[in-house]
Amino acid sequence: MNKSKAIETVIHGIFLILGLITVAGVLLISVYLIISGIPAIKEIGLREFLFGETWQSTGENPSFGILPFILTSVYGTAGAVVLGAPTGFFTAVFLAKIAPPKLRKAVEAAVNLLAGIPSVVYGLAGMLVLVPAIRTVFNVPDGASLLAAIIVLAVMVLPSIIKVSLTALDAVPKEYEEASLALGATPIETYFKVSVPAAKSGITAAVVLGVGRAIGEAMAVMMVSGNVANMPSLFGSVRFLTTAVASEMSYSSGLQRQALFSIALVLFLFIMLINAALNFFVKRSKEK
Amino acid sequence: MKIKKITASALALTITLSAFGCGEKSSGENVSTDGSTSMEKVIGTLGEAFTEKNDEITFTFNPTGSGSGIAAVSEGRCDIGLSSRYLKDEEKASGLTETVLAYDGIAIIVNPDNPVSDLDMETIAEIFTGEIDNWSEAGGNDSEIVLIGREAGSGTRDGFESVTGTEDKCKYRQELTSTGDVITTVSQNPAAVGYASIASVKDSVKVISVGGVSPTEETIKDGSYAVQRPFMLITKSDKELSEAAQKFFDYVLSEEASEIISQAGVVPAE
Repeated sequence: MNKSKAIETVIHGIFLILGLITVAGVLLISVYLIISGIPAIKEIGLREFLFGETWQSTGENPSFGILPFILTSVYGTAGAVVLGAPTGFFTAVFLAKIAPPKLRKAVEAAVNLLAGIPSVVYGLAGMLVLVPAIRTVFNVPDGASLLAAIIVLAVMVLPSIIKVSLTALDAVPKEYEEASLALGATPIETYFKVSVPAAKSGITAAVVLGVGRAIGEAMAVMMVSGNVANMPSLFGSVRFLTTAVASEMSYSSGLQRQALFSIALVLFLFIMLINAALNFFVKRSKEK
Repeated sequence: MKIKKITASALALTITLSAFGCGEKSSGENVSTDGSTSMEKVIGTLGEAFTEKNDEITFTFNPTGSGSGIAAVSEGRCDIGLSSRYLKDEEKASGLTETVLAYDGIAIIVNPDNPVSDLDMETIAEIFTGEIDNWSEAGGNDSEIVLIGREAGSGTRDGFESVTGTEDKCKYRQELTSTGDVITTVSQNPAAVGYASIASVKDSVKVISVGGVSPTEETIKDGSYAVQRPFMLITKSDKELSEAAQKFFDYVLSEEASEIISQAGVVPAE
């Protein structure tokens, strides 16, 4: 009896330690980012750092304004969600309610595959197909632009939006729909007036998850967006928060390097905000 | 205040690093180098090959920049300084000697469909600073010029901009993070122009000549191809190198090392 109790305690301990590893990882990263991100902000000045419009990190008189990166990240993410969310949402409704089982299986497999494609492959396809296509279609001198990044990101957020929305729609009790149909509503009316409202929180969570995926993506956008620190414009070359860190980190030094950490800190705060929003919606959908 | 802080932190960094790099100099078992970040690749490969042959000697490289490397060697904080520019007269007068290790040639590349095949230095500078923004002004088709460059801090970018005198003035359309990306992008856009290290240029792009001289090993070595800069070893004229440092110095200028230098993408001096 005592022996088995001892084993229990040991196992509890091991599990506790394993659980703490994750927590420790998060804490370590947060603390490290804050410690290494603050000095540059102090030196540059918070206002100048967040709202400065020029980034010239290696110039003779370096300036470190990250407003172009912040706006690009916001516009890029917003654009991706505007394109990706409706597509993902209607796909999920179709798969959950209308599609025959065989078709649903096939599409779901494709969506899972899409989720598993590494971002560098998205970037490569974007660089070799999308960028030249934008150049020809819109007759601009160069296709690497915010638009290219938005399209790539829109495709990348699709899987998370579709999968989470699908789960939410599947969880709507059959009785709701049956009651609606029995009262004489058409199937489409039922799906959009009964099923979707019932799954509202889950679908919102799906969109927020998509936002998180889009804002944190670096590799794919780096390959299609041109990476020049311009203020964002649809056909202009732009740099995101993520790519600002990734593209200059390897050769950076001194204040430039510290400023890159500060950018990472800003990005981290964005992600925290999105996570908090996600938690809020997930919680609400559970309470229902 | 700002500058003071930067200097202070740079100084602190150098001191910490040189404590690593030069601390054991007296024992004669360490070769410490300090200087140009652009030379990182070539000096790194040379250092590796050297220590492989000489187990007892350790090799360190501190990438600080040409100016800092020159200062470090003149203050005795390292054995050999690395510089990607020629010494100024006053630096030579202060007792420093320069030895060319290699030449870094930078090719100006355009799309194969571009009819332009020669530009002079002035036009190149005007193109990259945006004063000329249409190929028709440089003898090409009527289309807007698309400038493809490298990210801030890249050695190739630094080399190109310092040779053409366009530091901080280039109006890039794209800033890419590798030579390969630059070549791919230029090969896909008929209006693009970019630069890349000579050794990595592929057939998918067209290398243009500068002032009538196309970049080859010979034209880079004899200096007639203009978009190039030297990679130099800086030593003190009046002080002998430590035994290990001398061994390294001789090694990198040897026949054997020149092959390694070529593989690192630059043209060996000897």
